[in-house]
Amino acid sequence: MLSDLLSHFNYVVVILLMMTGLYVVFASNNLIKKLVGLSVFQTSVFLLYITMGKVKDGIPPIIEKSYDSHGDGHGGGHGDGHGDAVTHGADAAVKTAEVLYSNPLPHVLILTAIVVGVATLAVGLALVVRIREVYGTIEEEEIDRLNYAFDIDGIEEAMEEDAL
Amino acid sequence: MSGFLTGWLSVEAPVLLVVLPLVMAAICAVMPKDKIAWLLAFITTLICAVLAFDIVLQTRGEQVLSYALGGWEPPFGIEYRIDGLNAPVALLISAIAVICTLYALCSTDAEIEPKKRAPFYAAFLVAFAGLLGMVVTGDAFNVFVFLEVSSIATYVLVGMGASRDRRALNSAYNYLILGSIGATFFVIGVGFLYMETGTLNMADMADKLAVMGDVSRVSQVAFAFIVVGLGLKLAMFPLHLWLPGAYAYSPTAITAFLAATATKAALYLLFRFVFTVFDPSLEFIGATLTWLLAVLGVIGMFVASLQAIFQSDARRVLAFSSVAQVGYMLLGVGMGTALGLSAGYVHLINHGIIKGALFLALGAFWYRYGIVRVSDFKGLGKIMPWTMSAFTIAALALIGVPGTAGFISKFQLLDAAAQNGWWWAVGAIVVTSILAVIYMGRMLEAAWLQPAPEVNGKPVEKREAPLPMLVGMWVLAIAAIVFGVVPSWPVELANGAAQVMLGGGL
Amino acid sequence: MNSHMILRIVAKFLIPLIVVFGLYVHFHGDFGPGGGFQAGVIVAAGVILYALIFGLKACKEAVPPSWIRIGMTVGVLFYVGTGILTWLMGAKFLDFDILHPATDHPLGQHIGIILVELGVLFTVATVMVAIFYAFGSRQPEIMDEEQDF
Repeated sequence: MLSDLLSHFNYVVVILLMMTGLYVVFASNNLIKKLVGLSVFQTSVFLLYITMGKVKDGIPPIIEKSYDSHGDGHGGGHGDGHGDAVTHGADAAVKTAEVLYSNPLPHVLILTAIVVGVATLAVGLALVVRIREVYGTIEEEEIDRLNYAFDIDGIEEAMEEDAL
Repeated sequence: MSGFLTGWLSVEAPVLLVVLPLVMAAICAVMPKDKIAWLLAFITTLICAVLAFDIVLQTRGEQVLSYALGGWEPPFGIEYRIDGLNAPVALLISAIAVICTLYALCSTDAEIEPKKRAPFYAAFLVAFAGLLGMVVTGDAFNVFVFLEVSSIATYVLVGMGASRDRRALNSAYNYLILGSIGATFFVIGVGFLYMETGTLNMADMADKLAVMGDVSRVSQVAFAFIVVGLGLKLAMFPLHLWLPGAYAYSPTAITAFLAATATKAALYLLFRFVFTVFDPSLEFIGATLTWLLAVLGVIGMFVASLQAIFQSDARRVLAFSSVAQVGYMLLGVGMGTALGLSAGYVHLINHGIIKGALFLALGAFWYRYGIVRVSDFKGLGKIMPWTMSAFTIAALALIGVPGTAGFISKFQLLDAAAQNGWWWAVGAIVVTSILAVIYMGRMLEAAWLQPAPEVNGKPVEKREAPLPMLVGMWVLAIAAIVFGVVPSWPVELANGAAQVMLGGGL
Repeated sequence: MNSHMILRIVAKFLIPLIVVFGLYVHFHGDFGPGGGFQAGVIVAAGVILYALIFGLKACKEAVPPSWIRIGMTVGVLFYVGTGILTWLMGAKFLDFDILHPATDHPLGQHIGIILVELGVLFTVATVMVAIFYAFGSRQPEIMDEEQDF
């Protein structure tokens, strides 16, 4: 049991982070804390992807000494995550057969996902700033209460208009 | 079959569809005058609609368009892959976008501060490009990227409703939290699929999974994450909590656009993953379809319809009705038969048209008289007859009156359920249609049968919605009738889509 | 403004170096780790450092917000412009191989990726600064202590 956990240490961390993040999103009442939870949650996914990109005994996928050869690795390949580094060109596969590279593709994907996460966070924070300006609070319960009061007032106003 | 565009345009149409709105969004953002930005947005959406129409023609008869981005051949590079399943959705999105842009010409005057209008159109185009990208791409991770591109732009657009109603901010925030969780769940699922198959190309993924035979544990987890993630995005019943707020408080043009397209694109992705990437004939997937999607669909139909009846805000009535309608589509998906899938798909298209028309009309009521409550609908039929007529046609179509598009899809759904022997589903469709009569009937009754309100002893004067608004909603209303009387075209498209889903012909 | 003299003098030395390092990371992206995105963030960090030390007002004089808005667009146009260039040369969208006729070496890919990443550099740097400006230039309408409304 313990050795299972230790041999899948990264995955254990991923699950812990994921659950922590989700719990914070759902349990906290403060809008900023929710965003923090969301970021933790997203980060766990980054770790998951990076973990799957590691090939046992693989070295960083930078082809040395051969900047001028065909297989200088732009685009990378879709490795199958089980141990072979599949590079794009057939030539490159022959040339680099004796060297085992880690799979670079998940890193590229995660770079994109990080950008997406940053954009989400920026929009979320901007919304929180505006909410604070308009509502004067960033506590969710308080905002719900204000919205509810607004609903009731709205109905009363409508009734007053009817009476007029 | 081939389209009407020739040569270069026809070959490059899949990528133009996404690149054009993205570039124009960047240009729109720096336009000093908001009318120029509007014109750019309008032309862009128009061109995209033409391209999408051409693509629909090109993909008829089980043709598949494949475009290798940057010359990197699939499965290594990113592939844009369009077949009978996604081409109609792309056409729906771009057609609705044209109408909503036309509509926004007037509606933004009342809703968006002048300084923010050019960025508004830019964000709209980004959301549009993201939705189209989600639909046309054949790469699973690319789907996630476009999903987030469109979502982030959508959060901004919903938040822009704040100058009308401050609750827009809160709704946008809730949408952001739930939408991001949904997208992250989706990307976790894609990650597991990548671990299992070593590829991100959806067609290649399907081949690899088919070779493996039975679903492994990893694929099961991937499937679960993808279904939940997309379920959040398409407002599947218990995951729909973001939807009413986002629809009710965003700017009116955006509400119509979201209601008609955003959930539909996510639903398309569900179709794509459940039926073409995974194999629905396997027990695990099949059981999920029957016991999860169909059952949740039916529960959603009931609960959301009941909730719609008790709303006082007309926008929320329609929003809850959207959740109920998603239930119909999921029921069609859950049946897993060609007839059921085809019915669900037709309903996807028809509901996009109908809900678009309803929300556009509702926006016009607000634009002229500030009406959002059902109780304020009194006498609207007399003071805004044209707008109210369009609203009425769409409302009848939503209920499913014979001769309208809604009838066709509901009847097909009934037929499919009956042939499947799912009599409880038949009952559910009939009962929820009656509930729809109640919640839409409330508005229609007030609008047509009650006298117009009086101000200072005189009846309110008649003020029709401006022409650009009317054109859009009438185009959709007429489409709702035409597709009800002559349903051959949407049904043919849906049959083609069902064939793609069940033929394993990805 | 005479306080923090060490900070200000060190910053004046550092900021050009940060920007140059950003460009180094950008051009090195062709051979190894690096690229437009990272470079853009580094360049933006230089601008933000300037704003933190000399104040937002001085920073906005040095890097006006209108430039930032245009920079975002220019970056995207650069990226897409590369794609349009490949279209005009008769290949697929962003197919860089067409950019250089060499057949023994994918030189076109080098050219294309540098051009595209230049667009990324522009956009990322300006967007980062734009986010900073957007949050930084909000007047604190809210007091630190809770107010009753």
